[in-house]
Parts: sequence; C-alpha cells; structure tokens
Amino acid sequence: MLSKDIRKHFPILDQEINGHPLVYLDSAATSQKPRQVIEAINDYYAYDNANVHRGVHTLGNRATDHYEGAREKVRKFINAKSTQEVIFTRGTTTALNMVAQSYGRANVEEGDEIVITHMEHHSNIIPWQQLAKEKGAVLKYVILEEDGTLSLDKVREAVTDRTKIVSIMYVSNVLGTMNPIKEITEIAHAHGAVMVVDGAQAAPHLKLDVQSLNCDFLAFSGHKMCGPTGIGVLYGKKELLNEMEPVEFGGEMIDFVGLYESTWKELPWKFEGGTPIIAGAIGLGAAIDFLEEIGLDQIEKHEHELAGYAMEKMSSMDGLTIYGPRDPDKRAGIVTFNLDNVHPHDLATVLDMNGIAVRAGHHCAQPLMKWLKCSATARASFYVYNTEEDVDRLVEGLRIAKEYFQ
Amino acid sequence: MPTNKLDQLYRSVIMDHYKNPRNKGVLEENNITIDMNNPTCGDVIHLTLNVEDGIVQDAKFEGEGCSISMASASMMTQMIKNKDIDTAVKYAQVFSDIMLGKEIDESIDLGDLEALSGVAKFPARIKCATLAWKAMEKGLGSEDEQ
Repeated sequence: MLSKDIRKHFPILDQEINGHPLVYLDSAATSQKPRQVIEAINDYYAYDNANVHRGVHTLGNRATDHYEGAREKVRKFINAKSTQEVIFTRGTTTALNMVAQSYGRANVEEGDEIVITHMEHHSNIIPWQQLAKEKGAVLKYVILEEDGTLSLDKVREAVTDRTKIVSIMYVSNVLGTMNPIKEITEIAHAHGAVMVVDGAQAAPHLKLDVQSLNCDFLAFSGHKMCGPTGIGVLYGKKELLNEMEPVEFGGEMIDFVGLYESTWKELPWKFEGGTPIIAGAIGLGAAIDFLEEIGLDQIEKHEHELAGYAMEKMSSMDGLTIYGPRDPDKRAGIVTFNLDNVHPHDLATVLDMNGIAVRAGHHCAQPLMKWLKCSATARASFYVYNTEEDVDRLVEGLRIAKEYFQ
Repeated sequence: MPTNKLDQLYRSVIMDHYKNPRNKGVLEENNITIDMNNPTCGDVIHLTLNVEDGIVQDAKFEGEGCSISMASASMMTQMIKNKDIDTAVKYAQVFSDIMLGKEIDESIDLGDLEALSGVAKFPARIKCATLAWKAMEKGLGSEDEQ
C-alpha cells in the first residue's frame, strides 16, 4: 500500500460531506487533483500567460516552452518514439473521434469491418457506429466471456482480412477487466488492420508503453490521472499520422494559406487547430510528474491490493453481486456491484449521506449493461489517495443501505 | 443527522409506492403509449393510457429505475386517473414546481405527492422523480394533436 501521506497533496479530501469525512471512490469518472497540478495551472495564468508558437516576446516563449515541455513529458510517459506522435486533444472522446474521422474516413470502405467489444465505453462505440453507417462498413462485436473478460480465440474469430480497424479499451471502466492489448494488436496486424486503444482507464493506473504494445493509436484523458479536465492525448504512429488529414482546419495548424489552396504544418501541430489547451497541457505535465514520482508500478500495486481488499470484504455480504472477473489479477482498481432490493441510485444517495462518493448508473456503457442484464450498477473506483479505511467505510455504508431498504 | 435527511427523501409513503406500485403493468386497451428514458442514468418507463372524451380513463406503467422514479410513476398514474387532460397536465406543472422548491397553491390537494417534496433537496434525484410526469405530459400532448 502507498503511504497515507499522499492524501496531503489533495486539498479536496480534507472536508466533510453531510457531516462525515469525505471518502472519494469515483476516480474512474474523474480523479482528484493534487496541489502540484493546481499550482502549475495557477502559475501559468499568473506569470506566463501568452499564446504559444506565435509571440516573439518573452511570455510567448515561456508559454511555448511549458506547452511543448508537457508534450515531451507525455512522450516519455507512454514511451513514444517522438513528440511528433503526441497530439493534444480535449480528451479521449475527441481523440477517438479524430481517428474515426481522419484515418477511418480515408481507409474504410463499403463491406470493410470494424471490430470492437461489448464492454466498450460509448466513446469507443459511437464514432465507429457513425463511420460504419457513413461507409457501409460492418461493425462487429467480440463476445465477452462469462466473467467479463476477453478471450483471444473470440478476437481471432472476429478479426478477418476484411477488418480495417480494431478498437478496444485497455481497462474496462465498469468491470475493471484488463485486456490483453499486446496480443490483440498482433492479431489485428496479422490481418492488416490498425489497432486503436482506448486508454482512458489505463493511463492513470498502469505503465503504458506504446512501443511494447505496438498499437497504432492510443487515446487517453488528463482528468482521470490527476490532471485537469479538457485535455487529453492522441498518440499515433508517425507514419500513419503523416498520411492523415486534419479534422479541424484553421488557426495554428496552417503552413501556407492561399485563396483556394492551403498547406498544413508538420506533426503534431497539423492536428492542433486554434489556440490549444495550454494550461491543460501544462497541468497534465505536472500530473505526470506527480504520478511518476510515486511510480506507476507502485500505483498499480496499490490499487490492486485495495480492490482485492474491497472484494474480500464485500464478498462476505449477503445479497451483494460483484461484476467482472473474480480473479484480482485480471482487474484494475474498480469494483462494480449491486445490492439486492436496493437500486444503485438509492444506494449512491445513502452512501452520499454518509460522506461516500460512488458512481451509479450505466457508466456510459449501455451495451455492457445489457450484457450484464441490468440497467444500472454501483461502482467504487480507487486511486492513489484511497486507503483500506475508505473500503471499510464503504462496506459500513453498504450495511446501512441494506438495513434502510430492508 | 444524515439519517433524518434520508428520511426526508425516502418517506414511508414513497417506500410503500415503491414496494407496492399502483397501476403496474400494460393496458391492453390503450390509445396512447409512451416510452421514455433518462439518458444520464438509464432509467426507463413504458406508460400506457386510455383517454376517451378528454378524460384519462385508465393508466398503467412499467419501468426500471430507483425507488424515487418508480414511486413517482405509481403516484402519477394514481393521480391522473379519471381526470381530464387539462387537470392531468396541470398536475405535471404543479409537480415540476414542487421539484423546483416553489410555493404551491394550498388549495391543490397533492395527496401522496406531498411525500415527494423532499426530493427537491436532492438535486441529483430530481430527474428520477420527473421521468413519469414528463412521459405523461408528452403522451397527453400527442393526444391533443390527434
């Protein structure tokens, strides 16, 4: 377990909610922000605010240095070969849409196949649904195993020589399942398809290495990994990005503009039209510094132990169903559950009255809810600042809810 | 104490409607069917109404949702039965005012609905409470156009 001292970096945790000390168990929706990140954003606006890549003045230079410095931090964080492969976006959703609209539109034709799974977040379903409709392509789903994991055999069945794109989440935001991305990438490549990874729930929790995964695209958000909202990353292999057209035109992405024809800047700026999210990128850079100081391997271990502890404690409760793999080795720090006779919304309200924040609903994964045969679930998701005491408080909250609704 | 605040939300009348819903099911004879969902939480309601001569002769609902949304649907169907369309739609407006915490005309008999007034203090739950009412408004609005 990580030291409880980490909590001191998060000012928001030091408060009472409805008369109880806050227990925040909704980090899969958005994580809390450490003081270092808040200060980095504050310092940029207070001392260095200027637009990037434009001014020849000192502030402009400082802002550009910080912004591009953040890009280099992201490059190292995911082990990309070059900062040209790191594009700042608004978040995972924007990044996945960029791949669908740019690479997808140019490379998917009628009758081609796009392969996803039943566990995907809406952000990794709808862009492909739309692309398939537009192109007359076939959207195929890999069927899940009973415990909510993916079997490589089923992936092999789904991916064919007609498959142009395989897009799969690294870690499920509902089941906590960790998917074998490296192996799936090999299957996709064997059929000439590109591999897109939704890394929204992976980037905050485990060490990403795009070279080792050999994926073609990877998308993730800043706000789930201690960074600010409104910033995210699209990683793409340079040779693919070079061939792709931008999806937003104007402002900072241009090279030369004529009356009827224009040309674009080189990577990565050709994909960053308009004034970019400068403070967001700087905040994300500070978040990466913070996470790397703790160590991603330590974070993964911590969450793994907490989820294991939570599952052990919760398993002993009557009428409690936990979804996803039972084997803690197959899941990240997310526990999704339902309590008999208590709707998850009611459960979340009772927990909130006891100072405990959890998510309840469909978690932007309605096809998965259908697969689980329920309309909603409750979810506790853990991060660096959570402790075994938080889990104990959750379990106590569940007991209160159970009694209340008896 | 938080338990007291919880009791403001989950009054016994609500729990009674949740556990023993009135008018649960699907009307075999119906001339209005409305399906509505709450996209933020996945709650769904299937409402069937039989409206003749401008009067809601019968109403039934089925759905999936929390205690607040299902209790609210139960109360709603109870209240609009045998009422004319204008009155039913007026109830929906009154209910919306209750959710917004507005003062309500004391001459209106709210019946069991009064129990839902505590939901106004739980902003995250207001959408749960209003789902059935919005479905009813939509259904009777479309009836108007027929």
